[in-house]
Amino acid sequence: MIRPTLPAALRRKDFLLGWWPWRALGYVAGTVPVAVVAAVPIWLLAAPVVLAFGAATLGTALLLGAFGSAVLFGALPQIARPLARLERRRLRLVAPDATTHPSPGGYRDPATWREVGYAVLLVTLAPAVYAPVVLLAVAPFLLLAGPVLVATVDGPVAVWSTGGATLPESIGYAVAGLVLLPAVPYLVALLAHGHAAVARALLADDARLVEVTRSRARLVDAFDAERRRIERDLHDGAQEKLVSLTLRLGVARLDLPADSPAHRDVVDAHEQAKALMTELRELVRGIHPKVLTDRGLGAALEDLAGRCAVPVTVRADVGRLPRHVESTAYFVAAEALTNATRHGTATAITVTADVVADALVLEVTDDGRGGAVPGDGLTGLADRVAVLDGRMVLSSPVGGPTSLRVELPCHRSE
Amino acid sequence: MSPIRVVLAEDGVLLREGLAGLLHRFGLPVVAAVGDAPALVEAVAREEPDLVVTDIRMPPGFGDEGLRAAVDLRRTRPGLPVVALSQYVERGCAVELLDSHGGVGVGYLLKDRVVDVEEFVDVLRRVAAGGTVIDPEVVRQLLARDPLDRLSAREREVLALVAEGCSNAAIARRLVVSEAAVGKHVGNILAKLDLPPDDDTNRRVLAVLAHLRG
Repeated sequence: MIRPTLPAALRRKDFLLGWWPWRALGYVAGTVPVAVVAAVPIWLLAAPVVLAFGAATLGTALLLGAFGSAVLFGALPQIARPLARLERRRLRLVAPDATTHPSPGGYRDPATWREVGYAVLLVTLAPAVYAPVVLLAVAPFLLLAGPVLVATVDGPVAVWSTGGATLPESIGYAVAGLVLLPAVPYLVALLAHGHAAVARALLADDARLVEVTRSRARLVDAFDAERRRIERDLHDGAQEKLVSLTLRLGVARLDLPADSPAHRDVVDAHEQAKALMTELRELVRGIHPKVLTDRGLGAALEDLAGRCAVPVTVRADVGRLPRHVESTAYFVAAEALTNATRHGTATAITVTADVVADALVLEVTDDGRGGAVPGDGLTGLADRVAVLDGRMVLSSPVGGPTSLRVELPCHRSE
Repeated sequence: MSPIRVVLAEDGVLLREGLAGLLHRFGLPVVAAVGDAPALVEAVAREEPDLVVTDIRMPPGFGDEGLRAAVDLRRTRPGLPVVALSQYVERGCAVELLDSHGGVGVGYLLKDRVVDVEEFVDVLRRVAAGGTVIDPEVVRQLLARDPLDRLSAREREVLALVAEGCSNAAIARRLVVSEAAVGKHVGNILAKLDLPPDDDTNRRVLAVLAHLRG
């Protein structure tokens, strides 16, 4: 999973052992005081409207209703706003991937009224839902406490309101409580998830973020396409012309008598043209390597490894991937190899690429001394990885080994 | 010696014409110069050349059509000498060519090598005569992958030239040493790689490449 979420955690076998049950509990437990504090001013503001229903005359009712509504709708946003701010912060506890943006503007912003809606639900619907769930969650604990209560308290003890229970009976109930106990975290987590979903729908603005991410991804795509176009133009144009020019110079130098001044000039020109060919090829490789366009990531990584000063083992049988994924992975690997060889302590590097659950996982590991910090190159690439909704992790303890791991979602349908 | 008749396939017009001119000048008449893989297959069927020189990446797909065509041609015409030119090193391509018909009459070169005119023509002649020539860059990469610490720097140099299909005399000329010295180096290399001593240049290349491919 690239970004863990509560529903994903719920599906895992080790859910009970992780942090998620505690986060869910914290969220649910925190809701109670928040709802209580919010309820006081909201119900006070609603009082005139409520009273209007019980008014003696229709005139009084209308007057009270109109006045009450005006007060209510004027003041509710003022209460809802700080509440929403707090709730957005709390939301991160169970939905770290939710996007929370600053509070919206005035009365005309629909977001303001979504905040009001949340506040109203929190003091009306929330208690109605929380109360039975909390009772259910507490029940196993009460059952467990039964034997203790029966033993210490004089007189009959009602368990689960089924009348008095004797000690053996209460022990039976306690066993049942023990069996039910593991269900409690799931119950709490489900409640937390349900609440978070409502909070997210009303308070978070995922739609806005998705749009921004999409436009950034489009920008990366556009840059990539542009680089490929430049590479193609250089390859089909300048590079080809330069090779044939150099070829002609190579033939010309054979035609001239070796002791003529023209021969020396042509030999010089030929050598210069050859050097320029190499330079241009390196330049094009830096823009967008031909082998990547033609043959994909696996071949490009092999090519990269072949030109590395340190022996590199490549395992990358991934076939063709979306172009932006291929190029991002390639440039990350190139940067990682450069970094690994720069410090001169690595004697072996391993590059692996694999598609795991619809994501490309690229790992570059070297046996150097470690202690690497991400340079400008890697930081820039990390930004690019982030735009593609991926993740980059660098691990480089002092003493080594250094390992760079990149995960890039790749939907092959693209 | 009858002239070596060449079919040339290269999609860049300038380079195709340049190469055709060069080959003519060195007495290797280009009987057909084409720009894509289907045309190459057709030209070979029509002309029955002594040598095919082809770009690996060609239309229509700009993938490895040239290589595919070359490998297919060698299947239907065993021993048809082929020199494949590539923009970049791809060991898979080199290996596939070497696997066709026992690697006899095969050349795999980086495209940029063509500008060293005399050496390039020399490679064409050797391949046409059934030799095996692999680009030194491929050899360098194979050597890098297989850390042959057993070999000295000089021996690596000699090994690269052996893999290029050079005879002892040619290696001696390139490294400006005596032929006897080269013979000694080659003997040492073969011994260190546990390969049988062999003076036949071509069998030697194949043995060395087979070893490096591991």
